[in-house]
Order: sequence, then structure tokens, then C-alpha cells
Amino acid sequence: MSFISYLINGISLGSVYAIIALGYTMVYGIAKMLNFAHGDVIMIGAYVVMAAMTGMGLHPAVAIILAAVFCTVLGIVIESVAYRPLLNAASSLAVLITAIGVSYLLQNIALLVFGANTISFPKALSLPAISLADGALTITGEAIVTIVSCIVIMVVLNVFIHESKAGQAMLAVSEDKGAAQLMGINVNGTIALTFAIGSALAAFAGVLLCSAYPTLTPYTGAMPGIKAFVAAVFGGIGSIPGALIGGLLLGIIEIFGKAYISSQMADAIVFGVLILILLVKPTGILGKNIQEKV
Amino acid sequence: MAMLEIKDIEVYYGMIQAIKGISFEVNEGEVIALIGANGAGKTTILHTITGLLSPKKGSVLFEGKDITRIPAHKIVSLGMAHVPEGRRVFAELTVYENLKMGAYTRKDKGKIEQTLKMVYERFPRLKERKNQLAGTLSGGEQQMLAMGRALMSLPKIIVMDEPSMGLSPILVNQIFEIIEEVSKSGTTVLLVEQNAKKALSIADRAYVLETGRIVLEGDAKELMNDDAIKKAYLGE
Repeated sequence: MSFISYLINGISLGSVYAIIALGYTMVYGIAKMLNFAHGDVIMIGAYVVMAAMTGMGLHPAVAIILAAVFCTVLGIVIESVAYRPLLNAASSLAVLITAIGVSYLLQNIALLVFGANTISFPKALSLPAISLADGALTITGEAIVTIVSCIVIMVVLNVFIHESKAGQAMLAVSEDKGAAQLMGINVNGTIALTFAIGSALAAFAGVLLCSAYPTLTPYTGAMPGIKAFVAAVFGGIGSIPGALIGGLLLGIIEIFGKAYISSQMADAIVFGVLILILLVKPTGILGKNIQEKV
Repeated sequence: MAMLEIKDIEVYYGMIQAIKGISFEVNEGEVIALIGANGAGKTTILHTITGLLSPKKGSVLFEGKDITRIPAHKIVSLGMAHVPEGRRVFAELTVYENLKMGAYTRKDKGKIEQTLKMVYERFPRLKERKNQLAGTLSGGEQQMLAMGRALMSLPKIIVMDEPSMGLSPILVNQIFEIIEEVSKSGTTVLLVEQNAKKALSIADRAYVLETGRIVLEGDAKELMNDDAIKKAYLGE
């Protein structure tokens, strides 16, 4: 029974990684940049939920919606202030370095506002655990919510991209910005929308993450952010199904590594598997072989 | 009044001046060819007209309206479509999805299917391959798709950049026949071509460019018989 229990924990953690990885992979797919501040948006989202619930006494659902709105605006502001002026810069390294700068900026703002102490995250999701097989297997309410959220987000996003006009614009921009403009697509608007969606998802991921591991510091987002980035690369960066597969795999490997090998070594195992996969398939599991046009 | 009027434009890439003061006009219903060697500035002019580049000086007027500073994505809905150099079809989308993308700005949803039918009639090949990914099409088919995609916006004027590039002589003839048909059906055509002979054969008027300047202009048939043109561009 413990195997199944570990598997469910792994899928649950992997679902959080997948939701975060969507933000990386969509932004990369459409703006061709790595937004390393994405992990810190998760942390900001979690702080907003915490402040809204314990500080303002709001209902958890209201607090979560507030955090999603806050992070959406934050994402759009980051894109327009920090990244857009650099999108046509000679070196793509300029954007990467700026992203790292934004990451530190967000962490230090949180440090300034909320302090360095670890804060315990309030119970935003309260669902009863399910007990199966005469109590031998317990699935927490958080795990169920997390897995269901991930499935719903994936389905909705898929329908949005393939059926809506804005989704079609995203597909066009991700392939060829210039040609997309000639179709009448507002490229900057489409990139901003992508940041908005990614950041709103980051807020949800922050709630799910802090519900499973209920502590919060200004650095809470950093490690899950990096792991979700790894998950995105794992699955093939730019690919939405890739983010799901990469996230789930990463979560399962991490939990199994912790359970069966060593809890200290778990992260090393995760990154080790990543290196192995990239040696065999450098574009990730679902990654495309992008041919450079001459 | 000319449909499209280009007045004294000067365009720079950084410090380098690519276009050194060019003026010309396109009247409704005409086929206009811009010809010239590589690097003469032909593509730069098209990009300036459709808003992908901004001129440092001068202006672009479309149906009397100044469109010089209007961004590229807002030009399409005014009635101008641009078939870019190298086709630039969306390789990961199907032929059908590419065509739908061409109608992105249209508000009359109900009539898009009708236009699609018209495009399929003009390019039966595209209909046969409508569910195929655009990246798997041949060069000629991709050129047809790029033209079909532009027609999906029901443009008043279609601007084409090197439609014959990289195509076999048979396909070049076919593409030029289609351009003539498009023109006959009432769409004004502005054509940039290195294949001067072909371009002059279907154009009403033409402008000859050399390093960012217009060096010669006039009736296409007359230019075809001009000795200097023959020598420099027609290989005779």
C-alpha cells in the first residue's frame, strides 16, 4: 500500500510542478525567453493568500481569486516594464539576466514587506481525506484538489488554445512573430496575455504548494520554480503536454527517490535523471527538433 | 487620387540608409512591379508600407489616409495584405488553419467560409491538402498557401515579395498566372521581383530600383524594350 500512497503523493507534487511548468513553457514557446522570475510569482501569490486570509479575514476562495488577479497584473507589469524593451535586444542573454534580476527583486520585496521569518500558511483548502482499503491507504484532500486542478487546467488551456481566437494568435506568434503581425495579430498583446495566464496559474500553484507544505518564506518559490523549469525542459520546452508529462515524472521521481533511496539525495536524483534524458533526447520528451531557417 | 502613395521615404537600418528618398504611387486596379538587384531596397520598401518598418522621413498614404506610423497588425484590416518573402507559412499548422489565420481580423464571421471556398477554387491544390501541415508542402504549394492566406482577408491591395523565389520555371509561370487572375478579379497588386522579365510581362507600370533609389520608371511594356533594362535585368 505504501507504494500506491507514494505514487499518489508523487502525482500530486508533480501536478504542482506541471502547473508551474506551464508558465515557463508557454512564455518560452511564445516569447522565446526564459522567465526565471516565474517561481517567485508563486511565492508572491502565496503571500497574498496568506495576507488576505489572516490579515483581512477573507474567505479562502476570495483570497485565492484575489491572489490570481494580483499575480496576473504582476505578470503583465513585469513583462511590459522589464522584458518588452529588451525583446528586440541584440543578445537574448540581456532578457535572461533581467529575469534573474526580477527574481531577486521579488524576493527582496517579500523580505521587506513580510520579513525573513518562516510563516505558517493558513489552511486554504479544507477537504476531508479519503480512507481506502480499511485505512491502509489515505489520500489527503489537498492531493485530490491538486490533481483535479491540474487536470482541469490542462483541459481548459488546451481548449482555449485550439478553439479561441486568442489561442490561435498564440500559436501563430509562437511560430513566426513577423508573419503573425501580417495576419493582423497584436504580437505584444499576445505576449502580455501569455504572461498573464502563466502568472495566474503560478498563483494557483502557490496555493496548492503551500497547502501541501504549509510554510512560507521569501524563498519558497525559488526551488519549486527551478524544478518546474526542469520539468518543462524534461517534457520539451514550448510543449504544453510536455509540461504535464515532465511535471508528473519529476514529482514521481522525487517522491520515490525520497521514499526508497534517500531524502537528502532526492534532488540530486531528479537532476541526474534530467541529465540522462537530455543526453538521449536533447529536446526533451515531446520537444520538437527545431530546424533553423536559413 | 492614387490608392497607395509613397512620398519621399527614407529608411535606415541603424546607421545605414537603405532607402534614400523614394516616391511612387499605385492606382486602383493596377499591377505595379518594383524590380532591381539584390540589396536595392525592394523588401525594405514593402516592409515600410505594411508597417513592419518605420521610415525616418516621408510618409505612406493608403486611400488618402496616412498609415506611416500605424503598426503592422492594424494595417491588414484597412485592406492591405502582405505575402512575405520566403512564404512564411505557419509550418506547424494545417493548410486550413493557415487560411483561417489569414481571416484573423475579419468581423464578418459568416462570410469567411465563402472566401475559403473562393480560395480553394483558385488553388485546388490547397483544397486537396487542407488537412496537411503547411511545413510538409512543396515550395510552390507553400507559395500558393501564402497567397491564399493573404486573400482570406479580402484585401483591396495585395503586396507580394518575391513570389517566384526558389521555384521551378513551370511553377513560376503558374504563380504569375494566378497573380494575373487575382488582379483581374479586382485586387490591386504591388509586386517585388528579381525575375524582372516575368514581373514586367504582367505589370502595368514598373519602377526600377538601384541601391535605395528609383532610377527608372514607366510603362512596363516600354521598360521591357529599354536597352539599359534589357542589358542589366533581362539578360539580353
